[in-house]
Amino acid sequence: MNMSNNFTSWGRPFTDAKMDMYGGDVTQRYQLGAQQMTVPDDKFSEGVQKTQQPIVTGTSVIGLKFKDGIMLAADNLASYGSLARFKDIQRLYGVGSNTIIGAAGDMSDFQHVQHQLDTLITDEYCHDDGHSLGPAQIYEYMSTLMYHRRSQLNPLWNAFVVGGVDPKSGESTLAYVDLLGTTYSAPTIGTGYASMIAIPLLRRLVEDRQEPLNKEDALDIIKTCMKVLFYRDARSLNKFQVATITKEGSEISQSMSVDTEWGFAEGIRGYGGQTQ
Amino acid sequence: MSSIGTGYDLSASTYSPDGRIFQIEYANKAVENAGTVIGIRTKDGVILAAQKLLDSKLLVSGTAKRILTADMHIGMASAGLRADGKHLQTRAREECKNYRDNYMSPIPLKHLSDRLGSYLNAYTLYSSVRPFGISTVISSCDKNGPQLYAIEPSGLYWGYQATAIGKGKQLAQTELEKLNFDELSMRQAVFEAARIIHLVHDPTKDKGFELEISWIGKDSQYKHVHVPAQLYDEANELGKTQAESGRMQE
Repeated sequence: MNMSNNFTSWGRPFTDAKMDMYGGDVTQRYQLGAQQMTVPDDKFSEGVQKTQQPIVTGTSVIGLKFKDGIMLAADNLASYGSLARFKDIQRLYGVGSNTIIGAAGDMSDFQHVQHQLDTLITDEYCHDDGHSLGPAQIYEYMSTLMYHRRSQLNPLWNAFVVGGVDPKSGESTLAYVDLLGTTYSAPTIGTGYASMIAIPLLRRLVEDRQEPLNKEDALDIIKTCMKVLFYRDARSLNKFQVATITKEGSEISQSMSVDTEWGFAEGIRGYGGQTQ
Repeated sequence: MSSIGTGYDLSASTYSPDGRIFQIEYANKAVENAGTVIGIRTKDGVILAAQKLLDSKLLVSGTAKRILTADMHIGMASAGLRADGKHLQTRAREECKNYRDNYMSPIPLKHLSDRLGSYLNAYTLYSSVRPFGISTVISSCDKNGPQLYAIEPSGLYWGYQATAIGKGKQLAQTELEKLNFDELSMRQAVFEAARIIHLVHDPTKDKGFELEISWIGKDSQYKHVHVPAQLYDEANELGKTQAESGRMQE
């Protein structure tokens, strides 16, 4: 028996591992999972497919905590495979007045989530009880939604960054939730490509910083990260928006870009130009 | 009413020989006994005001509101059976949500009035149900401009420049007819509404009440909200003194 500690080699419980360590037939004993699954029972059920891949996608979202709140950024590109299909897509979305979410992954699923959240906010508004949903509540709702959908084997193919500041307590929230229902909260967050490329930069510039980070410096850091991401991520665009959320409220900027320098590319194999 | 006891008033699905449906008329009686509600449509937005009669001195002030919200851009206030009013809000809320789900845009008030009118009308057609004991004023302000409608227990609905329902309907309507709606600002309309609600209230006869005022339009970022506390206090105080001095003159 493979006793590897790596979960990817554990195999699937009812197919690969039919015998337990004493030689008993596991499939005969543990039927819990099978009972909970919806049993396909019509002519078409074998043809039914759930979302198995994203189609029109957005690339990474980054976010950081600064002195007065949260700053998020995402570029304006929605790709169709490797084709830069839509170049004016907004991937930051305001939920209520104190929360903004940024979405990577499938853009149609993102639009669906936007509508879900709008419905939620309107529902709360109609209660007219003096309460409103802050970022912590929006985050909880989204993590529940995403985990629920992945448990239906029908995930919303996104990774979200949720950022906001509670207007009453002034407490800021910066958190992540993805298509598996995975969640975490941190002072700096990046999805997808940014989790590999921008996070080391963000950690050095934000988390290792000694003095408090003001809004202007935070924007500089965001721009630095978006520039590096544009250099290295082939599904990115040098046209992005920045969202700022403070206790006073939230704002999504106009699209902006950063200056880039491609002179070095000439001498690098793989960037084109060379024949050999 | 001479027809009482003739048997034609027991069901909403039976006409009297002279062509009336008494259950609907009785429902209107429930409306006439309720606290006054008025709606004013100005060029920039719509104001709703309600006289919430207090059944008990022990009620916490500001609770059990009479002016309700059905969507970000829709306000409603009913006069009549309070529970029926709450139920109609629930229905209105569903209509608004369904419209948004289907068309991805806010429901036009004209459309909502029609849906709610049909809903109320359905309760006048069967012997197994009773008509709603409410009239409802609904307000909105969107890309179609400011809109104000009132729906009656029969399901009939009309669009208004200004309207009043409930106990003080007659007097309130007389006052509303004096207003110049082309000139009136939302803020002015709030003061007029407060004044009229205080005017129709007779402190010697009626029980105590709490004034409610909401607005939607330019001054409220096109969301339906109760007016800000400061404006409310101003309008309430001024309305009270104006009504008192009005009574002194009489």
